[in-house]
Amino acid sequence: MAPTLALPQTGRGIMNARLVRRHGWTIGVYALLLASLIFTVAIHPTYSAFDVKSLALGALPLAFAAAAQTVVVLSGGIDLTVGPMMAVANVLAARAMLHNNFRDALLIAALVLILGCAAGAFNGSLVVFSRVPDIVVTLAMSFVWGGVALLILEKPGGGAPLDFQNLAQETTLSPWIPNALILLIVVVAAVWVPLRGSRPGLALYAIGSDRTAAHASGVNVPLARVLAYTISGAFCAAGGLALTMTTGIGSPLSGSFYTLSGVATIVLGGVSLAGGRGGMLGPMAAAFILTLIPADLIFLGIDPNYGQVIQGIVIVLVVMVGGLAALRRKPA
Amino acid sequence: MSEVSPLLEVSSLSKRFGPVIALRSADLSVRPGEVHALMGANGAGKSTLVKVLTGVLRPDGGTIAVRGKIRVISSPPEARRAGLMPVYQDPALIPDLTVLQNLRLTVTRVEDVRHWLSELGMSGIDFGALARDLPAPSLRLLDLARALAAEPDVLLLDEITAALPADLTTRVFDVVGRRRKEGRSVIFISHRLAEVSVFCDRATVLRDGETVGVVEPARGAEAEIVDLMLGPVAADVARAEAHGAPISSGGAPGQPRLEVRGLRAGSILQDVSFTVRPGEVLGVAALEGQGQGELFDCLAGIRRPDTGQILVQGRPAGFRHPADAIRAGLVLVPADRMQALLRQRSVRENIALPLVSRIARWGPINARAERRRVNQAIERLRIDTRAQSQVRRLSGGNQQKVSIARWLAAGFQTLLCFDPTRGIDIGTKRQIYILLRELAAGGSAILLFTSELAEIPLACDRVIVLFGGRVVQELPAKIADESTLLRAAHGLAAEAAS
Repeated sequence: MAPTLALPQTGRGIMNARLVRRHGWTIGVYALLLASLIFTVAIHPTYSAFDVKSLALGALPLAFAAAAQTVVVLSGGIDLTVGPMMAVANVLAARAMLHNNFRDALLIAALVLILGCAAGAFNGSLVVFSRVPDIVVTLAMSFVWGGVALLILEKPGGGAPLDFQNLAQETTLSPWIPNALILLIVVVAAVWVPLRGSRPGLALYAIGSDRTAAHASGVNVPLARVLAYTISGAFCAAGGLALTMTTGIGSPLSGSFYTLSGVATIVLGGVSLAGGRGGMLGPMAAAFILTLIPADLIFLGIDPNYGQVIQGIVIVLVVMVGGLAALRRKPA
Repeated sequence: MSEVSPLLEVSSLSKRFGPVIALRSADLSVRPGEVHALMGANGAGKSTLVKVLTGVLRPDGGTIAVRGKIRVISSPPEARRAGLMPVYQDPALIPDLTVLQNLRLTVTRVEDVRHWLSELGMSGIDFGALARDLPAPSLRLLDLARALAAEPDVLLLDEITAALPADLTTRVFDVVGRRRKEGRSVIFISHRLAEVSVFCDRATVLRDGETVGVVEPARGAEAEIVDLMLGPVAADVARAEAHGAPISSGGAPGQPRLEVRGLRAGSILQDVSFTVRPGEVLGVAALEGQGQGELFDCLAGIRRPDTGQILVQGRPAGFRHPADAIRAGLVLVPADRMQALLRQRSVRENIALPLVSRIARWGPINARAERRRVNQAIERLRIDTRAQSQVRRLSGGNQQKVSIARWLAAGFQTLLCFDPTRGIDIGTKRQIYILLRELAAGGSAILLFTSELAEIPLACDRVIVLFGGRVVQELPAKIADESTLLRAAHGLAAEAAS
């Protein structure tokens, strides 16, 4: 009997050790978030519930952009339409909701979400049927969606009922728990929790991990790819609605920042750009970390233009440290 | 003899990839309750036929009938519904999912898989582990158990025994063979003639994408199968070469080309010492995971040893990078061809790549010098260049030839061959072994690890056996028959040697 074949692995201790090993990155990102929160409070002793709220409001659209990107990247693709799609949802909602009441606004929001799914499915179908690499197709489509946003609303304008804005801006439960945070958790969990354990969810990971093996395992690869872009579209729409809630208006250029920031966020959040590895929890924490950095710089009185530089450095450092940790583990 | 109606009937199946015809006209008829071998040289179309039968590829022409009914098989799930279930050469498990998640993905019942695993003697597999963390033999058996759990009418096994130790191979055939009584059949693809003649009822032989014969491979029919596989002309050449292969004198005296002293790396490779002289082929025999991988990695500069010395021409060498090893004349032919080759580039570019540093250290590449050396290498190895636009389109045997040809063109002193004939047909295998002998006769030193113990006496002068990261035995290759090596490789040689 060859000695390497059977790995006797039982017992709770080993199971826990494996849990930590497999989710080490996520745990690390949350530790980093905690550390940056502590740092923030240390440099800014009057940190209050209001600051927590503005952090959550700032992180909300970025977190949705990251969620949208995560789904596609896990499936082994990339989606460069995230920002422009968010802008389309943002201006569509702001234009339709202007002078409407809260109930109609909710209806419009639901409609925007459905349109987001449809637009995502369209992106995905183009990628699958054209057989052009996803990065090219979504780059081209990002111009299309950017143009659509401008066609809907030429310059910043529109509006939304206050009650709708308060879905994100108020603090209903407790002053320390902003609605924006609850909204984020509810929406992302509502999509991700049922999906992750299901066969379609496994198919997403499968096509990102090894497309040939996935095909041989009976996964409908084209369908799974379209599904990834569809879910991404839904998260983009949610991100656009979040922009409407947090800014109160629609702005056709509001999304441009979120495409690449979303990619940076998921990298920091532990999603492998090669596909198949990572989860949703890490990118959510990463969105908060990357929102906190520019705010801290303002507290410190540093030119906020350094924010971009420092964000970049943080991402590189974190990914490097993570890579080193993985290297150290390997030979053992 | 009464005519049994076939379970699976394939007629004149064809498939081409661009200019390359993979299947010209393949016929295959499998009776209920038989183990049917599918044989052929590399590039004969075996893998393509399996992929067409299991819905991974769509045929250009021809028909597939299961139980007398014509079926169009356009996807893997459809093949499964038709009762055809494959176990591929590369296990079809998703590396980033756990075993359990993989089973859920294919809608397979966990209890069934556990049952078949225990039948196969592998109940120790942890279902919570990621597939990427499991060793290759476990993945293969897991894939097999998953296929068995689907209760297919026809099980297609593509080279399943290639990476399995001998005891597991027997086990696999035990389990698979039991299904015959229920009228279920197995299509078995292997290059190991010995296995085919022991375990298979009939064999269909493919050559150049065409069915050239169906034989009953009872002992003695091996020569017939080889002739069918190689074709009328090639068979004579191969036979002549096999007899005329130069058996070398066993290496020139004098300074060893390569000397290894007390090498230790990682947790497996403990303490290995040996020497290789110019003109000598030193064989390395070992079961899976006895330190041979680490040994070759250290010698090729891919990893650094923890302790111990590597001496090249008597001078200590500290390789920090494969480039250092190559500069010192030590070059590696890895088992995984794709590790050595650029899959998207042409045969020519692949062969020329290691050459570039010699013919054009600075400035532009001398195209004529490059072409000349590349052509020499292609001719010498008889590489089939029909599909030369991209290396990934070549058959496995031809890819392996390209990865050797690279070093022929670039020049070297010591060739490190790590299982160079894995999954390669006997015709090409022979060519490779003959080539190794020729290179040795020309003054090269060669270190050869092979998982096919029967071939060590054919290609080597001396052989060392590794067990638990140590050299447990060293003997002349002439007396190293399969049973001696196998005993040593299982760690049973200690008392015999002392």
